Amino acid sequence: MTNSSVSVDPKSVIIVGGGHNGLVCASYLAKAGYSVEILEARSTVGGGAATTQFADGFQVSGLAHVLHSLHPTVCKDLRLENSGLKTGATIETIALDTDGNHLTLGLNDLAGSALSSKDREAYSAFKQEFRGYASALEPLMMNKPPRLKNMDKKDKFTLAKLGLKLRFGLGADAMSEFLRVGGINIYDVLNDVFDDPRIKGAIAADAIMGQHMGPRTPTTVLTYLHRLWGETHSQPSLPPGGMGQVAKALLTDAKDRGVQIRTEATVEAIIISDGKATGVKLVSGEQLNAALIVSNADAKTTFLKLMDVAELDAMFAHRIHKTRTNGNVAKLHFGLNELPTINGLSTDQLGQRLLVAPNLRYVEHAFNHAKYGEYSQQPILEITIPSIADPSLAPSGHHVMSVSASFAPYALKEGWDELQRKAFVDTVIAVLEQYVPGFANTIVAQELLTPVDIEEQYHVTGGHWHHGELAIDQSFMMRPVHGAAQYDTPINGLFLCGAGAHPGGGITGIPGRNAARRVIEMGRS
Amino acid sequence: MSKVIQQGPAHDFKKVLRHSPFHDRIEQQSQIKSWSPWNGYQTARVFDSLSAEYFAIRSSCSVMDLTPMEKYRITGVDALKFLNRLVTRDISNIKPGRVTYVVWCNDEGKVLDDGTIFHLQQGEYRLCSQHHQLDWLLISSLGMDVTISEETHEVAALSVQGPTAYSVLTAAGFVGLDSLKPFGIVHTSFNGTDVTVSRTGYTGDLGYELWVDPANALSMWDCVFSVKERGLYDIRCIGLEALEMVRIEAGFIMPGDDFNTAETTIRAGHDRSPFEVGLGWVVNFDKGHFTGKQALLKEKALPIQRRLVKLSVEGNKSPDQAFIYDAKNGNNIGAIKVQCWSPILKANLALADIEYANGKPPTELWTEIFYQKELAWRVQWARCTVSETAFWSHSRRSATPPPAY
Amino acid sequence: MSSKQYDAIIIGAGHNGLTNAAFLAKAGLDVLVLEKNDYIGGATVSRELYEGWKYSNCSYVCSLFRPEIYQSLDLGRHGLEVVPLQGSTTFKQNGDYFGSYHQSTVRRREIARHSKRDADASIRFDADLMKWCRLIRGFLLRTPPNPTSFKPRDMMEFAHLLKSFYSLSEAQIYEFIRFFTMSIAEYLAEYFENETILAHFSGGSIIGTGLGVYSPGTAYVLLHHAMGDVDGNVGSWGFARGGMGSVSKAIASSFQAMGGDVRTGAEVQQINVKGRKATGVTLASGEEINARTVVSNLDAKRTFLNIMDKKDLPEALVHRAERFKIRGSSGKVNIALDGLPDFSALPKDSPLTLGHMHFTDTLERLERAYDDWKDDRWSQDPYLDMVIPSQYDPTVAPPGKHMVSVFVQYCPVEAEGGWTDQKRDAFGAAVIDQISQYSPNFKDLILHAEIRTPREIEAEVGLTEGNIFQGELTLDQLMFNRPFPGYAQYRGPVKNMYMCSSSTHPGGGVMGAPGANAAREILSDLGRTDTTPRDFGDD
Repeated sequence: MTNSSVSVDPKSVIIVGGGHNGLVCASYLAKAGYSVEILEARSTVGGGAATTQFADGFQVSGLAHVLHSLHPTVCKDLRLENSGLKTGATIETIALDTDGNHLTLGLNDLAGSALSSKDREAYSAFKQEFRGYASALEPLMMNKPPRLKNMDKKDKFTLAKLGLKLRFGLGADAMSEFLRVGGINIYDVLNDVFDDPRIKGAIAADAIMGQHMGPRTPTTVLTYLHRLWGETHSQPSLPPGGMGQVAKALLTDAKDRGVQIRTEATVEAIIISDGKATGVKLVSGEQLNAALIVSNADAKTTFLKLMDVAELDAMFAHRIHKTRTNGNVAKLHFGLNELPTINGLSTDQLGQRLLVAPNLRYVEHAFNHAKYGEYSQQPILEITIPSIADPSLAPSGHHVMSVSASFAPYALKEGWDELQRKAFVDTVIAVLEQYVPGFANTIVAQELLTPVDIEEQYHVTGGHWHHGELAIDQSFMMRPVHGAAQYDTPINGLFLCGAGAHPGGGITGIPGRNAARRVIEMGRS
Repeated sequence: MSKVIQQGPAHDFKKVLRHSPFHDRIEQQSQIKSWSPWNGYQTARVFDSLSAEYFAIRSSCSVMDLTPMEKYRITGVDALKFLNRLVTRDISNIKPGRVTYVVWCNDEGKVLDDGTIFHLQQGEYRLCSQHHQLDWLLISSLGMDVTISEETHEVAALSVQGPTAYSVLTAAGFVGLDSLKPFGIVHTSFNGTDVTVSRTGYTGDLGYELWVDPANALSMWDCVFSVKERGLYDIRCIGLEALEMVRIEAGFIMPGDDFNTAETTIRAGHDRSPFEVGLGWVVNFDKGHFTGKQALLKEKALPIQRRLVKLSVEGNKSPDQAFIYDAKNGNNIGAIKVQCWSPILKANLALADIEYANGKPPTELWTEIFYQKELAWRVQWARCTVSETAFWSHSRRSATPPPAY
Repeated sequence: MSSKQYDAIIIGAGHNGLTNAAFLAKAGLDVLVLEKNDYIGGATVSRELYEGWKYSNCSYVCSLFRPEIYQSLDLGRHGLEVVPLQGSTTFKQNGDYFGSYHQSTVRRREIARHSKRDADASIRFDADLMKWCRLIRGFLLRTPPNPTSFKPRDMMEFAHLLKSFYSLSEAQIYEFIRFFTMSIAEYLAEYFENETILAHFSGGSIIGTGLGVYSPGTAYVLLHHAMGDVDGNVGSWGFARGGMGSVSKAIASSFQAMGGDVRTGAEVQQINVKGRKATGVTLASGEEINARTVVSNLDAKRTFLNIMDKKDLPEALVHRAERFKIRGSSGKVNIALDGLPDFSALPKDSPLTLGHMHFTDTLERLERAYDDWKDDRWSQDPYLDMVIPSQYDPTVAPPGKHMVSVFVQYCPVEAEGGWTDQKRDAFGAAVIDQISQYSPNFKDLILHAEIRTPREIEAEVGLTEGNIFQGELTLDQLMFNRPFPGYAQYRGPVKNMYMCSSSTHPGGGVMGAPGANAAREILSDLGRTDTTPRDFGDD
């Protein structure tokens, strides 16, 4: 209709944001013959998968610090090993205990002192059973979420596959059990299955990490399955060079496929003309046109910040506005002048993923505070010391420790002022001191990223790990909201490809891949 | 642990319905004390005789209290943008001093309500609606620099309608009405008191609506009625029942009565789009985005499923709550929603919701009328004829200056 | 005593047991209802614990009871009368209050007094809630399908379920799923802004439930308190004249008029099973009574773990019964008052004392009460649902005197190491203290108070952990999962044995539906005419 639409290549795509999903999406599109340009506001791509230097000589994975779910389909489709992707050695999770009776939670097996054989057996059975449920979800995860009415062929196919996997993959009894546990809390399940409080605490922490939920919150089984889904296809590792290395591999791949990448190019607005996205406007004032725009930003940023809300229907905008996107996890980085020692752990064990979540009550109490805009007095900690496997991350003789601490709510009642920040760091250090006596004296550098900092530095609304809670009402065909859950949006030519879209967060690459497939599929019809 | 609890603000639960600022006069004028609630106000259904009230509108001058009408003041930098995104019609060309009829929809393109937008001053608007809309207006204001305040109780409104309405108001001392065109607004005065007058109404006849500070409501009423006191023109209060007759004659719709408003519809498919209620003419696809635009574009591309149509029904039996059939003893294809006997046309007029097979109006329409004579029920088939235009209209409605009497 | 063989024995004379018995008797069966207490009613009971006062000391208001059952068992002629309750109030800490008046215009004005926006949002909220009520109400008098089964009946019932679901528009389907899975606080936040209004409307979602206002799934619980109706007024509650005992008395009267027997003081010790068939019961007294059909109105835990022999049951079922969630979370305080208490905030003659009264005005206070419960403590600041039925019902207290029923959420099953009488009284004192903050003369008017923690409720009524719904109304225990997957069609694990309690679909509340649904299945298995009523239907 207008001149510009005539001159624009129908296969030109601009991707707003070069997070890992944006990179994956770009590669898939480029592979399918699209000409893709990524615009990234930061100086490096990768978003949450990034390596940052927080003090002289100390480097660390900026947000996500354990790689445990980059999907092999993505690795295979994009042949990422050719682009230098190294996953590193598989790591295990060690639940720390103040008395030194630490537990190692492996893929199938449990190890540690003072363990009953009943719990040991229960653990293997539990992991198998729940991984079974998680893999039954595979058809749902790997496709655009089917619409529940007005379905297209693909939707019906996805639902049929899901139904078959549930009924015949699991069998009638397991399917019944799946339908039962799908909506309940991890607390009840763990109390049914295990006796040992350490196991329950550690698994509960995995179920609620990154969410505004406690072990007793219904639907935490589902969030646990979301996490286990990663385990169904890949093992957790600390990638050498930090998570930035993963981003680098994705970047190399994208570049090899001809994707144009511009960093420090902040998109101010998505230009919409007659209900169709036609391009973007940068903060610099520059305008770029493309036939398709794919947003790797979260839904609130995409719809409420990067465009004129008047381009949307009112209730749709209201739904976006009401999505729950407040993050709860703070990231702490410590530069240490020596390797910490934890009673009962070898150096090799120190290099694993360490958890402080000693029992269910501890985890639930940590969450209680978050409901009222307080940070936990006894936070849950996920700790890695990546410099053990990769000494290049710290100056010689030194180490870096990366800690994800819950709960540190985005909307802290008092606000994250200097006083609160310091108090929270002290709280975390106090917890660490219980396991690493003298820890405080070894700190030579430190950094705290509250959800507010994460929002500012990574342009993620609320600083939420998953660009929004993975609650059922914000999942699947309701992610981020219904009306935009199949990656296409009410704005013609605008797509979503970030963690805010199905199937959500984690460094999986699947939202990016699914979004690209949706773009290609819609391009055909 | 116990502490002193102060007496909370008294809440008057005994006075259920509000009294409008005109209440004292209305109460005096009401002969039969027939009241109905309307938006929380006590409103007259009939003052003394329905037919006298009807003919006051069509033959002389009628007065009706419009205060219960929902009113919202909309201001701010984005006021125009907000309204244009809200309603289906392009209102960017509505200049200050003009009024326009609008309808607005939900995301699915179903009608939430209809109403009028008054462009009072540059960038300052009033939206009048039948139903409570604050929730929807505020939802629609997300991300916009606009202030929306309900002013239903802060503005008293009086509707003066009928062939002599112009003469009455001019005689009462309202100046500047001679050049006021239909859907125009003038900020004028009576006895030195400010008043806003719009040439609008719900009767299909010549008429005005007067908008005033509630403190001046009674003096304005008295000023209007002084014309009658002086023996110049007859003026009569009318109630909701007479209004219902003239609005059907004029072909005006009433969301909530003629069709379900989308917000209160429980059953899927029981809400209606503008096209389905005959308001396609207020849907403008050539402007920017508005809520429901995508849904309405999709609907427009398909054959229309159903229509709210204006029907005249032969004979004199009242087709109240009757089904519509595609032939005598044929298939049921709809139902009559509202109807009245038009004293001026000597005909039964109705609005009916009917199905359109293949997007086409049925070639024949019949209704089966059940009626009573001395408590004995009888039944009669009557042929119905669709009218695309208003059943009744008069050139004086739009003549400027209006004819004087 | 008797070598007589009954056609059916129903264990427990609660309202569902009696309803079930009545429909079986109506089909011409010879039916006996056995009750361990010396009086009938279970938790639908009125008791004179203080002379001149009748306490509805468990359930206290009525709205969910299916009108289809009421009509079909002719309960009006058997003495049941349900008088609508008028409105509800939340008292605020600052001395103000929010009154949800019975009269709609006044209610709208009162909401607007707190928030103009919320007054209009309530129109959207009411309409949306009505959509979900309409959908769920259609399932109440039906047997849930087994989703893993390929039997024609299950497939048809499942198709019916999907069809009902598909009567919604696509957007409504998603919104329904969201409603079904969200917390009440988050659901309400999509409509309302005022803190007091949010707290007021949240209360119904936690009553009887071991969840907090921020727990996913609680929005649905609201339906169990909102989808009832009194004469078509959906969401309104009523008092049974004479107390809730009148409900069970009327059903029993209807049952007896059709030739049924009720024996009180007859505690069942064991369901007798021979050759994988139920053959009758053995009473605590040692007496054996034979029957062709045995129906348990006890909750699923008691049924399978207390009165059945493990050897008669599949191991998996025992495991499921052990894990059945039936957490006690509620307490009850019933009070005899010397006169009508004053409420400082309310103007004289306010009609609000006629309705439900609550004293918790923020979501945070509601949630903190839940946090206390999670830690096995009773809260010093609990959520109360207080009603004074003696204002309408002249039969429950002497003239000028009043009966107050206070439902308390939350109350733990084990108060940090177990309940003692002292702890129970301290719990009651906390409740009365909260009321007294808003009613200065309340304490002075108290003549007698009965304080019931889950311990007392379990001991007397036989509800495990004192759970009022006989099992939590959470997603894992609803529809085809209630009480357990594979056992949601009222049939027990052995032949001729059935369940009819609130542990079965559609769950708790004085609804009668589980009793009627179970009767339909039993009659169908026996090849008898179905005497149970069909849903009145909607369109």
